[in-house]
Amino acid sequence: MKVTVDQDRCCGSGQCVLTAPEVFDQSDDDGLVRLLLPSPTPEQHASVRLAAALCPGNAITVHDV
Amino acid sequence: MTTAAHRAVPSDPADLAVPAARDGGCPFDPPPAYDQALHTAPVTRAGLWDGSSLWLVTGHAQVRAVLADERFSADARHPGFPFLSPGRRELVTRTTPTFLRLDGAEHARQRRMLTGDFIVKRIEAMRPEIQRIVDDTLDRMTADGSPADLVSAFALPVPSLVICHLLGVPYEDHAFFQSRSTSLLDLAAPAEAVGVAQRELTDYLRELTGRKRSHPDESVLGRLAARPDTTLEEAAAMGLLLLVAGHETTANMTALGTLALLRNPEQAARLRAEPGIAKGAVEELLRWLSIVHLGVPRVAVEDVDLDGTPVRAGEGVLCMVSTANRDPEVFPGGDRLDIGRDARRHFAFGFGVHQCLGQPLARAELQIALQTLFRRLPELRLAVPYESIRYRTDMVVYGVHELPVAW
Repeated sequence: MKVTVDQDRCCGSGQCVLTAPEVFDQSDDDGLVRLLLPSPTPEQHASVRLAAALCPGNAITVHDV
Repeated sequence: MTTAAHRAVPSDPADLAVPAARDGGCPFDPPPAYDQALHTAPVTRAGLWDGSSLWLVTGHAQVRAVLADERFSADARHPGFPFLSPGRRELVTRTTPTFLRLDGAEHARQRRMLTGDFIVKRIEAMRPEIQRIVDDTLDRMTADGSPADLVSAFALPVPSLVICHLLGVPYEDHAFFQSRSTSLLDLAAPAEAVGVAQRELTDYLRELTGRKRSHPDESVLGRLAARPDTTLEEAAAMGLLLLVAGHETTANMTALGTLALLRNPEQAARLRAEPGIAKGAVEELLRWLSIVHLGVPRVAVEDVDLDGTPVRAGEGVLCMVSTANRDPEVFPGGDRLDIGRDARRHFAFGFGVHQCLGQPLARAELQIALQTLFRRLPELRLAVPYESIRYRTDMVVYGVHELPVAW
């Protein structure tokens, strides 16, 4: 799995950080998404998919590789 | 999902009124007519108070589709935008627009002035302060003795103290801003009264942010007022939105959530027995109670095919989060309160780029307030018959007017 984020679509809701805190973070300055782990471990895949589904701005894309 | 071909669309929008009567239904459930729409026609016509009609959207997939689609605008200045009362219409003509009612780049510019203040780790760092406020408020309530009105003694003071602390608003002014907030959110209030409340609250916040502009502090409003890229009018309007939304919503979720747990004692017992369940319990209460009970309004700015239904530019749309949050496609047995379920796909905070900015704060407050309340007062019970409770059916935010409790 590869993950990409689009900061232009991020509205800083924090859903990703609440759902998959090992993979996503929020910037201290502007609250926008920061990607910590572009290639999550298999154990993290379910929570990353949920984070993408919950993201209100559709800023997270999951690529199956 | 129901397909368009199988839908029974009411021929007359007046058959389905907005807001709908809750008569005959359980006070925790969406109005029976909306529940019926969810199961027969998740996109259907409904009639508004002013004789106009709109699209009532009740299904989870359809609500998500509308709120994630920028062809449905949140900007109330667009022709056709649906207003739920004369007062709601009055507010738009008199208020400097905030990100709640702006789209695109204007929305992003304003919202991003505040996103840094509501990030998860900043709110998580506030937990000890929130716990202290919850404990102090409960100390005062219990010192005054049983019974008490949980709304005025606990549910309202806790989020008011927290939002005042965060924004840098003096809590001593709480009676002033709470009474004006009540008028702003009252559908039955005449437009003139809503306008007066709005002006008084705006004047108050303009003066406060003006003082902070000359004497900046580290509060949210202090830092907002000090920014060179915002006007005092904008800062005051955003301050009003944060202040009202920051205490009304959490206060009503706390009181209505407490009542829901008292009516479902096995769920309350589980919350007491398993402190680790508080996070999931709050998500489930948010889902089940859906205090934004009148729906999220939008207006189509282009022709859109919505799940097989053609919606024309200029037509109003109302997304009923209350029925979407009970949709059996996403929440099997969704009419049942079950604090052990995974409720995270709920729309209690809306969806799309306008989703609630303060949700990490609301979650932390509700988790701490409800868990502490039920832990410290294991004998908590209603002090009046359940049937005598008055619900906020005419208010933009649902809840109870008073909640007399004993312990």
